[in-house]
Amino acid sequence: MRKLRNIGLMMAAGTLVLTACGGSGSSDDTASGDASAASNDVCKTADGDGPKIGLAYDVGGRGDKSFNDSAYAGIEKAVDELDATCSEAEAQPNESDTEREERLRALADAGFNPVIGVGFSYSPAAAAVAKDYPDTYFAVVDGYATALAQDSNLIDLSFAANQGSYLVGVAAALKSESGKIGFIGGNNGNLIRNFEVGYVAGAKAVDPKIDVDVQYLTRDQNDGETAFANPAGAKTAAEGMIEKGVDVIFHAAGKSGNGLFEAVADAPEGVWAIGVDSDQYLSASADEQSHILTSMLKRVDTGVFDFSKSVADGNVDGPVVTYDLSDDGVGYSTSGGFLDDVKDEIDGYADKIKSGDVKVPSAS
Amino acid sequence: MDLLRRVALSLATPVLALVAAALVTTALLALVGEDVGGFWSVMSTPPNARQQVNIINAGSALYLSGVAAAIGFRMNLFNIGVEGQYGLAAFMAAWFAGGGLVSGPLNTVLAVLIAMVTGALWAGIAGVLKVTRGVSEVIGTIMLNAISGLLVSYLLAKYGTNIGVSQTTTPMPESSRIPEVGIIPGASSGIDGLAFLAVVVGVAYWVVLTYTRFGFSLRAAGASETAAAAAGIDVRRMALVAMLASGAIAGLIAMPSLFSDTFAYGTGFQPGLGFTGIAVALLGRNHPGGIVFGAAIFAYLVDRGTQLNVLAGISPEIVSVTQGIIVLSVVVAYAIVQRYRTRSEQASVARRSSATSAKEVLA
Repeated sequence: MRKLRNIGLMMAAGTLVLTACGGSGSSDDTASGDASAASNDVCKTADGDGPKIGLAYDVGGRGDKSFNDSAYAGIEKAVDELDATCSEAEAQPNESDTEREERLRALADAGFNPVIGVGFSYSPAAAAVAKDYPDTYFAVVDGYATALAQDSNLIDLSFAANQGSYLVGVAAALKSESGKIGFIGGNNGNLIRNFEVGYVAGAKAVDPKIDVDVQYLTRDQNDGETAFANPAGAKTAAEGMIEKGVDVIFHAAGKSGNGLFEAVADAPEGVWAIGVDSDQYLSASADEQSHILTSMLKRVDTGVFDFSKSVADGNVDGPVVTYDLSDDGVGYSTSGGFLDDVKDEIDGYADKIKSGDVKVPSAS
Repeated sequence: MDLLRRVALSLATPVLALVAAALVTTALLALVGEDVGGFWSVMSTPPNARQQVNIINAGSALYLSGVAAAIGFRMNLFNIGVEGQYGLAAFMAAWFAGGGLVSGPLNTVLAVLIAMVTGALWAGIAGVLKVTRGVSEVIGTIMLNAISGLLVSYLLAKYGTNIGVSQTTTPMPESSRIPEVGIIPGASSGIDGLAFLAVVVGVAYWVVLTYTRFGFSLRAAGASETAAAAAGIDVRRMALVAMLASGAIAGLIAMPSLFSDTFAYGTGFQPGLGFTGIAVALLGRNHPGGIVFGAAIFAYLVDRGTQLNVLAGISPEIVSVTQGIIVLSVVVAYAIVQRYRTRSEQASVARRSSATSAKEVLA
């Protein structure tokens, strides 16, 4: 009897650990994403003599159709235009800074230059590693590494996400019939709050009385899974909003956002989703496409490409390279043509931001 | 002969499990078309000096986590709340140490004590609920895990400072930090100063469990509540004390890295160690020596996983899969060895009794 209970207990522990390990979850998404990506896996076939780019993703990695895929698009372009070769590495769930450091070191040791960390969590790791590899350039997308260490080979690639979000906020307010719009964020850290703050400001600029329903998938900053690899959570949140009459929903939640697209695809005509980072209209299924109003573009691909090119050319800017509206580092997409009637109006706001007449607030 | 047999049998479980896990992992890699040769060449490459240091640092945290879980298991308590306990404890310690109310080593000592007390109290909530209200400790601790994560995020947002887009507690003053110890020659980094806590905890766990009345009561109550109660052991009190002790040790998990590496609670905090600790305790059969083995294997796998990804182009998820396979293999191997042991005992008893009856017949 006791033995049985013991074995039962161990089984339970085994299951639990498996669930915990499998936390990167979203297995079906990852699998399908990887499968489709594997067919055009540019790093496995590239053999040019240009720069050797090492790309280190955060948990989940490629296949999110959003942030990480945008970084991948950047190295694809580098392979095409710079004859670059590349290697991709991906984080395991629940890593320490030491493991992230090891990943960057492993890439640098293998001769990759530049080495790019995709996601701000690589900042402490890059700051610790850069001084040991003076001939290798390190960059962190959305990073704050340069606030932690000052090395001439350490660069942060920063994006004015609040400006792009402002423009899709304008679009949301112009297109909403109900006067209620929504925002779904991964977590309420400052990185994601920047999207919310810009979005709300843009919407209020068009319609000061507009009602913005804001939801975060988690407020636990250490729970990246629930925040960014949680399509089911985003779907539930979106369905709740749609029920309340919200008819335009913007997400800043990486792979989780795919749940939002499922929710709007099931909703009637005139309920819209707004994508993030990549032009998500292009990767969506046909029934989702007719509901994707626009995407807030954060040109991680441009950042990755430009940085790689600057390393190859030997004229690296630093320590912080900021991308904003003025250099098309952020913006909005028009695929699908749903914004054709209001595009001029949105661009009017964009001009005001560029000229400095409108100051977009930010979270931090 | 008998002793030899017993040692061989207890070694059989982990060996059997590892061999089975290796076979299953290889088969899996071949099945999904990954590079099997590359996998084994990376897995069998000895780690360099720096990586050895990383393995020891990661292993010591896993060891503490394993012991924390094992204390509960010995008492038949399934404390899956180590995750929440060490997270909250790490935050409280970092917050206190960063506040700099006192300076120097006293700050360090107080912060470590605060971590232990926080862990113990957080586990104690589930313990009290269990002994007074009969709430299953599994439910209690899993709920407290969720609350702990949210509580820490709330406190961090309210009282933390911003560096870039990340929130963190104020870094602790230089005088309270613990230097890394350079034991391994040629490594650019050293072993976290407080990693020795793992050794202290391991020895204490072994001594208390084996040589004290408390340890005996704990094992007795874990083996059979009714028998323990009949022997005059207060089972409810033991359950509560076991939870408190488990939580206090859980509070130590993040201390080595906090005082020698991150110096604050922020993005650098490593979640998930509490859950991995359950598997580590399981691998080590709740034995202070066995847990060393479990922690070392997991730390080694994680370190190799990073290299695997870059050098062989194999997804790091395969490491998580391997860890899961090892845990399942242990469960199965344990059952098989246990069955073999029972059979051979029955057989030897049968042999002896038939020998006796044969003698009786002859006489």
